[in-house]
Amino acid sequence: MSAIEAVILTIITASTPLLLAAIGELVTERAGVLNLGVEGMMIMGAVCGFIAALLSGSATLGVLAGLVAGVAMSMIFAFLTQTLMTSQVATGLALTLMGLGLSGLIGESFTGQPGVKLQALAIPGLSTIPFLGPVLFGHDLLVYLSLALTGGVSYVLFRTRLGLIIVAVGGNHHSAHALGYNVIGVRYACIAFGGACSGLAGAYLSLAYTSQWIENMSAGRGWIALALVVFATWLPKRVLIGAYLFGAVWIMGLYIQGLGIAIPSQLLSSLPYLVTIAALIIISGNRTITKVNTPACIGQPFAPER
Amino acid sequence: MSGNGSSGFLLEARNITKTFGDLRANDDVTLALKPGEIHALLGENGAGKSTLVKIIYGSLQPTEGQLLWKGKPVSIANPAAARALGIGMVFQHFSLFDSLTVLQNVALALPPKSNMAELSQRIESVSADYGLPLQPDALVADLSVGERQRIEIVRCLLQEPQLLTMDEPTAVLTPQEADRLFVTLRRLAEEGCAILYISHRLEEVRRLCDDATILRQGKMVARVDPKQETASSLANLMVGSEVGAVKAETRDRSGTAMLELRGLSLPTDDPFGVALKGIDLSIESGEIVAIAGVAGNGQAELFDAISGEALCPSADMVQLAAHACGGESITARRRRNAAFVPEERIGHGAISSFALSENVILTHHAVGSGLVRRGLINRTAAEDMNKRITETFDVRKGKPDPNAHSLSGGNLQKFVVGREIARDPDILVINQPTWGVDAGAARLIRQALIDMARRGAAVLVISQDLDEIFEVADRIAVISRGELSPAYPAAEMTPERIGLLMAGAHEHTATSMAPGA
Repeated sequence: MSAIEAVILTIITASTPLLLAAIGELVTERAGVLNLGVEGMMIMGAVCGFIAALLSGSATLGVLAGLVAGVAMSMIFAFLTQTLMTSQVATGLALTLMGLGLSGLIGESFTGQPGVKLQALAIPGLSTIPFLGPVLFGHDLLVYLSLALTGGVSYVLFRTRLGLIIVAVGGNHHSAHALGYNVIGVRYACIAFGGACSGLAGAYLSLAYTSQWIENMSAGRGWIALALVVFATWLPKRVLIGAYLFGAVWIMGLYIQGLGIAIPSQLLSSLPYLVTIAALIIISGNRTITKVNTPACIGQPFAPER
Repeated sequence: MSGNGSSGFLLEARNITKTFGDLRANDDVTLALKPGEIHALLGENGAGKSTLVKIIYGSLQPTEGQLLWKGKPVSIANPAAARALGIGMVFQHFSLFDSLTVLQNVALALPPKSNMAELSQRIESVSADYGLPLQPDALVADLSVGERQRIEIVRCLLQEPQLLTMDEPTAVLTPQEADRLFVTLRRLAEEGCAILYISHRLEEVRRLCDDATILRQGKMVARVDPKQETASSLANLMVGSEVGAVKAETRDRSGTAMLELRGLSLPTDDPFGVALKGIDLSIESGEIVAIAGVAGNGQAELFDAISGEALCPSADMVQLAAHACGGESITARRRRNAAFVPEERIGHGAISSFALSENVILTHHAVGSGLVRRGLINRTAAEDMNKRITETFDVRKGKPDPNAHSLSGGNLQKFVVGREIARDPDILVINQPTWGVDAGAARLIRQALIDMARRGAAVLVISQDLDEIFEVADRIAVISRGELSPAYPAAEMTPERIGLLMAGAHEHTATSMAPGA
């Protein structure tokens, strides 16, 4: 394997969890809900995925367990914010704190144990092509899923009636309600989708990125995903660019450090943030596109009149 | 008509009662409509019109009472059920999505299976057919208020309704646009569609409607033929007592310009905002100048520029009492004894979670009202001031110093206006003084504006309500797409002339009216 191949593969591995979590949060926010609990849902996905895979011996079951854990966490958030009308900001923060603490408790006895690794899907014929094979066709299920989800979400949001309804609910919940749409129901579903994606992102961390459980292993990736959604002006293709740019600059920084070039490590570790923010600010220069794509009702509670 | 039951009524609402806690929003209301009838629903703010309409459209469920559709009892569980029956609704506050296109907005209201390309063609053909032209691909945010209303109407027409409910449809239209709407509505009625028409504009109700039901405090008080009534007899039925006219005496011209705008130009950095272009205006002390215009033509931007919420590129552009103030803050402008009443009462004019006395401090703190000494608030003085304001302006409230959000819209508006008038300013700028306020409160506010001017203040009123403008204004100017017409003496203006100016007639010297304004 050449060095370039290795770098590209690590970039993909570093970017996939960000992309998964961000694309889920994008759908949640498009429906007008700000869920700051991404980090908490992700870490719960990581711990539950790891344990399920270890106990069953199946990485696929681990992925499923991560998804279910993410959805379960998101449903706590949905019940509190959509049914009991609590503040979305406070509830999201609480969800993150709860996830971090609970995952540490659940995972305590599993820390450091060797886990089950999510294997790459071997595509006969294609995976063995030199260079292109490993770079394009040598990945695990979740890498392909993250890319498929990006395309799928983009298609659904902008080409289908379902997407139109989601955007409408996030754009003006009073109007959507007046037209007879079930605002709370749509939001529950979008919160669940966001939770599923965050759970998958967590499972990716503990099953593919490393195959072990370490407390706090999400290490702020949930917050990065949240920031990506906003800087990408709620557009899936920009989220994709942002996630991969972030991953690329981050991995390049590690390689540069490894080569012993004298750049302060603090500067290198802040570089992905700076580069991604700069790039996304430049591409979101068109204010009309930004305004049209910003969900106007984000974070606002909605209670139908009775 | 077949299938309309023995009664011949399309819709009957029998003995409808709706309670919200202790409040009886509808109390034993009965309403009946025949096919092809244009029926007015009249009443003051809070009389229960919107509640009744929401019950008919399925947004609310009645506490008691029965709805009959074509003679058969029905229960309308939600708006989708209402639409399935053939009930369409054009909302007062548009139920549109700004960031979506016309086509997407229409598609959201139609059954799921509609094909977008086909729908786009149907929108064009139906809208052209009824004289309401629309571009399916246009973004709603870029459209004028009149065009937005067309979307609502076309959206209803595509569902081929048998009953169309319209809540205050002409409040945002120019007189010419309103006339075009009436032609469309009469044609719909001829085709057999019943129309339930809510409006505060009694003259147009008399012109358009065949029948009228009048509500007062949730109860049905009369059913009359509006063509046999006068606007004032209808108003008396709505209010339950005589509504006095606003008294305006002729003024003495003093000749000192108190508020001057000189070539006020202000670009906008909001993609949905309006840039101001070369606005000139001079208001003398003792004079009320009104600016008419359809919403979204730069009124908000103009207000911001005069009040100091937006600073001008050159100080000369805004002159208050002969001082160039274009670069000064709101507080600095208040110190020049100017007062400002913005359009939004909550969040802009008042903070909803603050007590009224605290809201008084917000605009009085720096202007020598004695509420703040050496940086400390004198709460007793603020409470006294609040008491004076609320007594003078008849602000009805549950306790002496409630939070702003507990007041009804009309009462809060009286407070916000009263607070500024209590300062006895030399200059008052007020945006939509009686928006959403009922007849009694509106009369009080308008009279207060006139009295202030007669005491020597210069008053600028920005309003969409032509009746209000004619009631209070000495001179009238019209704003259209960020440009202001000259201010003409009110006696020389007619609604038709204002309508032409609203449509942008002053922007070009051409005599023809811009199409589709």
